[in-house]
Amino acid sequence: MADRLTPARVLIYALLAGFAAFYLVPLLVVVLNSVRTAEDIGATSVVGLPRELAFGNFERAWGSYCIARRCEGISPYMWNSFLMVVPATIISTLLGALNGYSLALWRFRGDNWVFGIITLGVFLPEQMKLVPWTLVLRDLGLTNTIAGLVLIHVVQGISFTTLFCRNYYTAIPQELLKAAKIDGAGFFRIFWRIVLPLSPPILIVTVIWQFTHIWNEFLYGVTFTSGAQQPVTAALIALSVSVSEAPQYGVQSAAVLIAALPTLLVYLFGGKYFVRGLTAGAVK
Amino acid sequence: MSALRIARLRKRFGAQEVLKGIDLEIGSGEFLVLVGPSGCGKSTLLNVIAGLEKAGEGTVEIGGRVVNDVAPKDRDIAMVFQSYALYPTMTVRQNITFGMECRRVPRPQQEEALARVARLLQIEALLNRKPSQLSGGQRQRVAMGRALVRDPMLFLFDEPLSNLDAKLRVEMRMEIKQLHRRIGATMVYVTHDQIEAMTMATRIAVMHQGEVQQFADPETIYNRPATLFVARFMGAPPMNTVAARLTGGAEGLAAIIGAGRPDEIRLPVPEELAARAGPFRDREVVLGIRPECIAEADRRFGADARHSVPIEAPVEMTEPTGAETIVLMRLGGEALLGRVSPDIRLPVGAPARFALDTRKLCLFDPATERLIA
Amino acid sequence: MTPDPGPATAPAAPALDAPRAAARRAAARPAWRDAIGRWLPHLVLWPPLLVSVVHVLGFTGYTTWMSFTASTLMPDYEWVGLRNYTAVLNSRNWQIATDNLLIYGAGFVVLTTALGLLLAVLIDQRVRGENLFRTIYLYPMAVSFVVTGTVWAWLLNPSIGIQRLVRSMGWGGFRFDWLVDREMAIYTIVIAGAWQASGFAMALFLAGIRSVDADLYKAAQVDGAGPWRIYRRVVLPAIWPIFIAVLVILLQYTIKTFDLVRALTGGGPGIATQLPALVVYDLMFQRGLLGRGSAAAVMMLLSLLLVLVPYFGFMRWRRHREARHG
Repeated sequence: MADRLTPARVLIYALLAGFAAFYLVPLLVVVLNSVRTAEDIGATSVVGLPRELAFGNFERAWGSYCIARRCEGISPYMWNSFLMVVPATIISTLLGALNGYSLALWRFRGDNWVFGIITLGVFLPEQMKLVPWTLVLRDLGLTNTIAGLVLIHVVQGISFTTLFCRNYYTAIPQELLKAAKIDGAGFFRIFWRIVLPLSPPILIVTVIWQFTHIWNEFLYGVTFTSGAQQPVTAALIALSVSVSEAPQYGVQSAAVLIAALPTLLVYLFGGKYFVRGLTAGAVK
Repeated sequence: MSALRIARLRKRFGAQEVLKGIDLEIGSGEFLVLVGPSGCGKSTLLNVIAGLEKAGEGTVEIGGRVVNDVAPKDRDIAMVFQSYALYPTMTVRQNITFGMECRRVPRPQQEEALARVARLLQIEALLNRKPSQLSGGQRQRVAMGRALVRDPMLFLFDEPLSNLDAKLRVEMRMEIKQLHRRIGATMVYVTHDQIEAMTMATRIAVMHQGEVQQFADPETIYNRPATLFVARFMGAPPMNTVAARLTGGAEGLAAIIGAGRPDEIRLPVPEELAARAGPFRDREVVLGIRPECIAEADRRFGADARHSVPIEAPVEMTEPTGAETIVLMRLGGEALLGRVSPDIRLPVGAPARFALDTRKLCLFDPATERLIA
Repeated sequence: MTPDPGPATAPAAPALDAPRAAARRAAARPAWRDAIGRWLPHLVLWPPLLVSVVHVLGFTGYTTWMSFTASTLMPDYEWVGLRNYTAVLNSRNWQIATDNLLIYGAGFVVLTTALGLLLAVLIDQRVRGENLFRTIYLYPMAVSFVVTGTVWAWLLNPSIGIQRLVRSMGWGGFRFDWLVDREMAIYTIVIAGAWQASGFAMALFLAGIRSVDADLYKAAQVDGAGPWRIYRRVVLPAIWPIFIAVLVILLQYTIKTFDLVRALTGGGPGIATQLPALVVYDLMFQRGLLGRGSAAAVMMLLSLLLVLVPYFGFMRWRRHREARHG
């Protein structure tokens, strides 16, 4: 029905395509530059088709390029990020599910206050927490460790995960809980047998959200770790600083692409859930 | 031994007292219906019996044991909910056996109980389905199965039929009643539907604003409602309640509707009632007449001809339902409903003649709204 | 729906007269197990809740306290009143940062909202490939600000980016050097920010537009309204809460902006694109002035509250009103 190409519809598609180009340009630039040589880019601009395919950029970016005088490429920092993001995502999601379950279904005196305060954690600027975290990490002996970042992201992430799960679980009818209580199920059995089996949609949203956020996070990474302990976002900034003398845009593009790839893949495969996480709460 | 005894039960939510001193007692095998408009406290009372809400004051006894501090699972009860509350991720089989699993009943016994209940409710073919694959009536039946499999001291029903369409509701109503007769269990059933209450109960507690207005068998509730509230709540169409004046002459006590008006109606009060109504002689009362007590002119009520009083009243509207015709008439200035045989044609606007059954008159004190006689 | 044949028509079913032993057994559980059953949930439940609450309240309280002390490199608990605040407020760095915040905030919020709304309306025209377009417009939100900032830095860099490209295509005098222009550099952050966040605004608007009751469209069509009028008079007024939500979320982003600037301009040229979040970091970790950094952080929080408190108040009021009107 909508396929008669009136001038209005041509205009709509033209606009949509134009905007699509605008949004895709930076991605295209990175992809194309990642297979261009430094001389090629230097001779023209960062916008252009490769004259020859220089796949070596990826090899150098991954394994041998020098970042802050360490010539191991970004691979160690990628591993750091994975070591940080996987445990932090899993732990914060589980705790959030448990928190959300108790806040939504086992109402207790003051539960709304507890929930309100935890929600505030979503909005609190990171700058307010930098000094206290410095002290906590120092006292726990976790300064400049991946474990320290995991701790930060778990505690910080509980606010988000609790918010997501609690709002999801409030839709579970109270009668279900009553029926289970009469059947003789306790706190954990109800969680395990009734609530968790209902949870995959929200758990996927939460995991994707946490993964993306923790992977992309920069301030904590750059503040609490240095050198070989840094996650990849912090290393990328160090990379752009170290290439400022002799720009190596090809290698850098490859590095940027590698660093962005995990979250891009998550987005491509779990886009629906990613959007749901973004719009959760906002639309309410 | 009483199956359920509730004594001086009070419950408040914040500043609001939702149960104001409830006393109820039923024997084993009874079918108690708690009925009342929404917000009357009936569901809260059921939740307190189940242990899902704590009692404020007073005691709840199940099977002679005080259960105030006993967890729901240990009260020897089973419950059927309005939304059925079937566990959505479990199959019908798992839904029914979940409680036994929680109580660590051995597998073979679980299977046996499941088979028995599935046969009783004829849901054998559904056992491997998920609740989302069932129709409303089937869900209802599974919810009953989950309760039945427990074989408890007390069955609790929280408006279990209100999510069904009208036809299915009538069928399930009969089924539950037959089930009750067959297994002889004690049941407590909450509803806002007075027809469900009348048809199923062996005893009814009519609740209003946190109090039990009347606790009696259905017949008494219907014919001798203890308060004006009960009179107006039970029965559809409801009981006519009109202002009247009691006067006494040589021929006995009479109630006059529209006293002093040219169309005033004088109704003799039967002797059984007159004795108790004596103190209200020459005072205003509220007179209650069931619509079925006003019928076509040639109807005779009972053997004693004096109980059928002929009256004439203008017809304002008729509502033929097929089985009968509801008539709105004006009697001594008051609007009343009558129920006449369907084959009688009553022209609207014209006066018509009716017969009025005085045996079932109810007299209420207008100040306390309580039944006098 | 055909009602299934009930037991009403069934041949005599067996009576449920089995012994009640199974039910009775439940009462015989040892007391200590019940006690554990009662307490274990609390033991599992409370630590994460407490940690979150302490983390939010305690950390906020601590940083607020620090902002009133003479702390430099290390916490120092000498009370200095508002001295840190006056020092920060009087610094040129902070003044530039707040000026920038206003320019950037206004530009970013307006541009992002407008783009997001336009895209949402375009996509709502039952276009083919809707999913593809949505995926393209929203992907920047999945990527780190560090990555997008880096790439935009190249594109906007006059010596290798768009200016160079256009010049090489023949327009020798073309200039697009905002990135290195003190006056204009802040607008490059507006562009990159809007590029990154407008897909998000689109997603919110689209969700809102799609949630408008379909009968409203039909009623408007029956009334003879054209598509443009339907949007302007029916759809957009119906989704005004979404506008407020988008506004609040974007303002919140604005105040917290850090990574993007770090990667795109590094706050430069000079301190021309300084923002409060960068000032806090600079004070705390480059100049070693924890007290002043904390004061700046508290002021960030206050500006955030300026946005959030009315919003939450508004949400409460709305919920209240909805509850009252059923």
